[in-house]
Amino acid sequence: MSEPLLELRGVNKSFGVVHVLHDIDFAVYPGQVTALVGDNGAGKSTLVKIIAGIYGRDTGDYLFEGKPVEVHGPRDVAALGVEVVYQDLALCDNLDITQNMFLGREQTKGGTLDEPAMEARARETLASLSVRTVKSVRQTVASLSGGQRQTVAIAKAVLWNSKIVLLDEPTAALGVAQTRQVLDLVRRLADRGLGVVLISHNMGDVFEVADRITALYLGRVAADVPTKDVNHSQVVELITAGRSGNLGISENPATASV
Amino acid sequence: MTTDTNESGGTATVADTDFARDSLQAHSLGEAFQAYLNKLRGGDMGSLPAILGLIVLAIIFGLASDTFTTKLNIANLITQAGPICVLALALVPVLLLGEIDLSAGVAGSTGAMTAGLMIVDHGQSWPVAFLGAVVVGAVIGVVIGLLVSRLGIPSFVVTLAFFLGLQGVMLKFIGQGGSVRFDNEFLRGLAIKNVDPTVGWIGAIVIVVVFAGLSLRTYRTQVSQKLQHPPMSVVVLRIAALAVILLGVVWFLNQNRSRNPNFPIEGIPRMLIVVAVLLIVWMFILNRTRYGRYLYAVGGNAEAARRAGINVARIRTSAFVACSMMAAVSGILLAANTGKISPGSGGGNVLLYAVGAAVIGGVSLFGGRGRATDAIIGGLVIATINNGLLLLNNASWINSVVTGGVLLLAASVDAISRRRRSAAGV
Ligand SMILES: Nc1ncnc2c1ncn2[C@@H]1O[C@H](COP(=O)(O)OP(=O)(O)OP(=O)(O)O)[C@@H](O)[C@H]1O
Ligand SMILES: [Mg+2]
Repeated sequence: MSEPLLELRGVNKSFGVVHVLHDIDFAVYPGQVTALVGDNGAGKSTLVKIIAGIYGRDTGDYLFEGKPVEVHGPRDVAALGVEVVYQDLALCDNLDITQNMFLGREQTKGGTLDEPAMEARARETLASLSVRTVKSVRQTVASLSGGQRQTVAIAKAVLWNSKIVLLDEPTAALGVAQTRQVLDLVRRLADRGLGVVLISHNMGDVFEVADRITALYLGRVAADVPTKDVNHSQVVELITAGRSGNLGISENPATASV
Repeated sequence: MTTDTNESGGTATVADTDFARDSLQAHSLGEAFQAYLNKLRGGDMGSLPAILGLIVLAIIFGLASDTFTTKLNIANLITQAGPICVLALALVPVLLLGEIDLSAGVAGSTGAMTAGLMIVDHGQSWPVAFLGAVVVGAVIGVVIGLLVSRLGIPSFVVTLAFFLGLQGVMLKFIGQGGSVRFDNEFLRGLAIKNVDPTVGWIGAIVIVVVFAGLSLRTYRTQVSQKLQHPPMSVVVLRIAALAVILLGVVWFLNQNRSRNPNFPIEGIPRMLIVVAVLLIVWMFILNRTRYGRYLYAVGGNAEAARRAGINVARIRTSAFVACSMMAAVSGILLAANTGKISPGSGGGNVLLYAVGAAVIGGVSLFGGRGRATDAIIGGLVIATINNGLLLLNNASWINSVVTGGVLLLAASVDAISRRRRSAAGV
């Protein structure tokens, strides 16, 4: 297997007295979709926010392309080429697709907004992702369906030559057809060589697009396995009990002394 | 994305085929008109209701009063509208964030009072006094902005407190029943003097030519890069409309409107020039700069703006600063109009007229929507109502009732179109 693009080693995170993440090892590989699964409260979003630079880590290393990096905030992480698509999307309804895709990073020419350049690049990006459901990049986001919004949020994340895209439950609120669109898009991102992290509670989605599955159980990595080596029920067991057959955490951490 | 460089040519052609038939792309005048109608139906009315209202009002007052349409009265109306329009414009950045500044009128007069006292008591020149007024506005704005953005107090409460407090400050400096003279030749001249007719013509022609040049350049870029663009006929129509309006106004105001044949009064009121300059500045800021884009973004979804790396607290603070500074300019124009500043200046209806103007013009109270021109058009509506009703009878109670009613109507239109927008998803 190729070198991981991004790697966390031995990461711990506490909020006050609550120890949320224990010795997490996590890796994102180029061209692969890594599914991050786990029960409610297992620590998935916390892990994503640590990767995104929103939370600091108590201990542990953050490696990017094999080298340890210091990240002190979302801007540092964005500069590495890591983008996060949050579950609650974060788009401005009153702005159009192009304006949203460039929000906070507008291109300017002579101090004024360079609308033609931004519009052209927005179209190019959407077209290169084979997005055909959006009719115009000048449509306001308010007029888009849930799936189309998700598409815009993802396109926004890849606009910046990003190397890694983290998606926190991108299909949670979507219907069948729209989930389809988003999963196809996730797959295409990986096929273009990006490292993709997909958080999902839907095993169908996970087994469809993921190359690897990392299961979290009560803030620990229960398993990190290629999708083809496990089946549905094993993953469900990993999520709910932290172990399944010879996979998983050897002793139950809930009762183990920490 | 990493593999993109070598296939970017290919991507571009995909882009063409994918978006060549943009559903929002209008190819003819008819289609453009249809698209506009759809936008209206979806609840995106812009300033159309205000423009229609202005026409209706002009017809009613024109028929009911023989003085309303006289050149002298129209010029007066424009001068009266100036301070309202500028104050409405001042409120636009704050309203775009979904906030309100109830203190803007009083803050403006506090600034004007500062300027007046600097001239009268300290013999300062008008530029220094003007600067003083704007600085006072900025300081007020900074304090309001910080209280709202850092402490998280609702702007309604903070600015209500300033509305009361600043009135007290003015009372302290001016004294009960007193007033500050405002008769600096230049500043007072903003309200009572006119521009030389030739200068008016040149100014109007320059604006039209520049607008035409910019529009055609944008059109050419859009066509050559295959971006979404309106049909040529629409571009030409827009330029023609601007030319007709501007040249028409200049022609009208350049005629002698004096009742006394020995003292001709002609030319564009200076007030109109001030308003026009500020309008252009704000159109530029809101449409062409990052700052403007961020105002809309924060007003539309503050959390999204924050995650996009925008410093939301700073944008919020700056909006109040911009508002109070512009309010100071409006306060000076108001003082220039009346020739004095009294402790009650900028209080009473002034602020409500300005809020009414912005909302009537199409600036949403819910944030995220509205343009600079909306404030000016709305200001004209309010000024027309005031002017016309005063010509018909001198009962100011009718005036207040009608203006209040119009404000309510405008707010209803705002709320209803917002509902329609979320239903139609436009
Ligand atoms: N800011 C915080 N302060 C204190 N505790 C927190 C904070 N954020 C998360 N936690 C705790 O950390 C644990 C992990 O939360 P997290 O949001 O990462 O779970 P999750 O795996 O994303 O769950 P879900 O599937 O419900 O989204 C939870 O017990 C939660 O209560
Ligand atoms: Mg979560």
